[in-house]
Amino acid sequence: MIDQTNATIDQTEIAELKKVASQVRRDIVRMVHAVQSGHPGGSLGCTEFFVALYFKILSADPAFNADGINEDLFFLSNGHISPVWYSVLARKGYFELSELATFRKINSRLQGHPATEEGLPGIRVASGSLGQGLSVSIGAAQTKKLNKDDHLVYTLTGDGELQEGQVWEAIMYAAHNQVDNIIVTVDHNGQQIDGPVDQILSLANLKEKWQAFGWQVIESKGNDMEEVINTLTHAKTLTGKGKPVVNLMRTQMGNGVDFMTGSHKWHGVAPNDEQLQSALNQLEETLGDY
Amino acid sequence: MTKYTFTEKQDTRSGFGAGLLEVGRSNENVVALCADLTGSLKMTAFQKEFPDRFFQTGIAEANMMGLAAGMTIGGKIPYTGTFANFSTGRVYDQIRQSIAYSEKNVKICASHAGLTLGEDGATHQILEDLGMMKMMPNMVVINPCDYHQTKAATIAIADHHGPVYLRFGRPKMPVFTPEDQTFRIGKAINFIAGNDVSIFATGHMLWYAIEAEAILSEQGISAEVINIHTIKPLDQEAILHSVAKTGCAVTAEEHQINGGLGDSVAQTLCRNHPAPVEFIGVNNSFGESGKPLELLDKYGLSTESIVSAAEKVIGRK
Repeated sequence: MIDQTNATIDQTEIAELKKVASQVRRDIVRMVHAVQSGHPGGSLGCTEFFVALYFKILSADPAFNADGINEDLFFLSNGHISPVWYSVLARKGYFELSELATFRKINSRLQGHPATEEGLPGIRVASGSLGQGLSVSIGAAQTKKLNKDDHLVYTLTGDGELQEGQVWEAIMYAAHNQVDNIIVTVDHNGQQIDGPVDQILSLANLKEKWQAFGWQVIESKGNDMEEVINTLTHAKTLTGKGKPVVNLMRTQMGNGVDFMTGSHKWHGVAPNDEQLQSALNQLEETLGDY
Repeated sequence: MTKYTFTEKQDTRSGFGAGLLEVGRSNENVVALCADLTGSLKMTAFQKEFPDRFFQTGIAEANMMGLAAGMTIGGKIPYTGTFANFSTGRVYDQIRQSIAYSEKNVKICASHAGLTLGEDGATHQILEDLGMMKMMPNMVVINPCDYHQTKAATIAIADHHGPVYLRFGRPKMPVFTPEDQTFRIGKAINFIAGNDVSIFATGHMLWYAIEAEAILSEQGISAEVINIHTIKPLDQEAILHSVAKTGCAVTAEEHQINGGLGDSVAQTLCRNHPAPVEFIGVNNSFGESGKPLELLDKYGLSTESIVSAAEKVIGRK
């Protein structure tokens, strides 16, 4: 296992990670296009986060063990952005790249929303019905404490997802019980399927809400590779101090593809042939398409 | 023939509490969660002896189910405790996605099931939980009959890897099974052998089935009484073996007729050995406030109802 906890940052490495991100974005639009279904917008917006997490931050072994003892865990609560997760897992070596071609097709391990039943390496719980992943993460973090395992639990949630009541049950619980071995990142892109979050059901002052619930809050920009790495590295230093940590990460839905950027309209819509070509023309093929 | 008697009454929830404490002592991976009903669930002894393995979640059942799912990652065996209503209907989607579909080793322990919750009334008297939980793929569904069987089941489910729904109740009821029993998931128990009618009973209704057999016997009717403590996986072999002999069946459960044990028995018979069946259960209505035994009687869940159903179903052969 590669212990990346003390990794330092240099510009050559940043450049390499940006190349990975470009390839992951190609994977995302190609996967969604191939089956004419899926959620490209949020996937594109969280590409830097996933690449930074798996290639720089996470201490985890691609020779996957579901119990994850003595390694960091990651949980994706907003399971609909499965394309970015599947691409990064494959690029990191959890399973064969060629399997990306099976996304959302019958008899595939790459279900529309992540699932454990087919045994896909990297997935520890099903997600997609929103609002559940944070609770699961906190439970896993408490088991780490019981097991005297000092590795961390990372979680990603959507911002629209915070409209689910269960999330606030979990937020209250983690602070009350000082679950300080968890780093939650909110994909704060301000968009949900029906429109801008502020118009659908405003989250108002999200920072003050988390703070009022007793969390350590940091804010960041999520489409800048260096900033994502610096933010998550900083977040690690805040763990173990009695408070759970949340990273409110501003992203652009659809980032990296000009006609998809910043709009809720590409939340759950696949590009057609022409749009795919336009998207691929903007994204350098750096590691070879699957 | 064995005749069953009882010398004491105890609540099945106390059987759960005793079983939880015992399995907590023998298996250090067992952890327990409760949503603000620790006293009602009889979990205080576990909480006191194992404070580091007990998690008070507050009145937040959805979060509790998610926490339990997460705690299994790394090897813990979580037992969740709240009323049956809040263990099922309130959290169905959490159980479905985070526990059952994700194949998590969570034991959902549900007290105050059915009409015998009593005075709190229909808001809390869930009568649909067995149906909801048996429909869920990967879920084992158990409804023990008395204190000792509940205690034994509580201990046994720790050794079954996968999600389990364990349902028990509030009132003190007859204790008539042995103290030193081994609980075998999915294995029906033949309490009384008979030839004329098979009575399949689960939970609190087993005692009433035993009482009904005595009355039927006085009338010259030989009833077989079988305890189906595990609704899923169902012991189809025991059911078919009995009905092959008797040619008809009565089912008895503290649950809606729709979706419960009766449905499962009828489906088994329809597929393999069609035979007349009568169903004792709540017939498409909610409950109400009242004393537990008064309510059972009012809603037709009684010794007399089972006797009448047996007479009727024999006439349909």
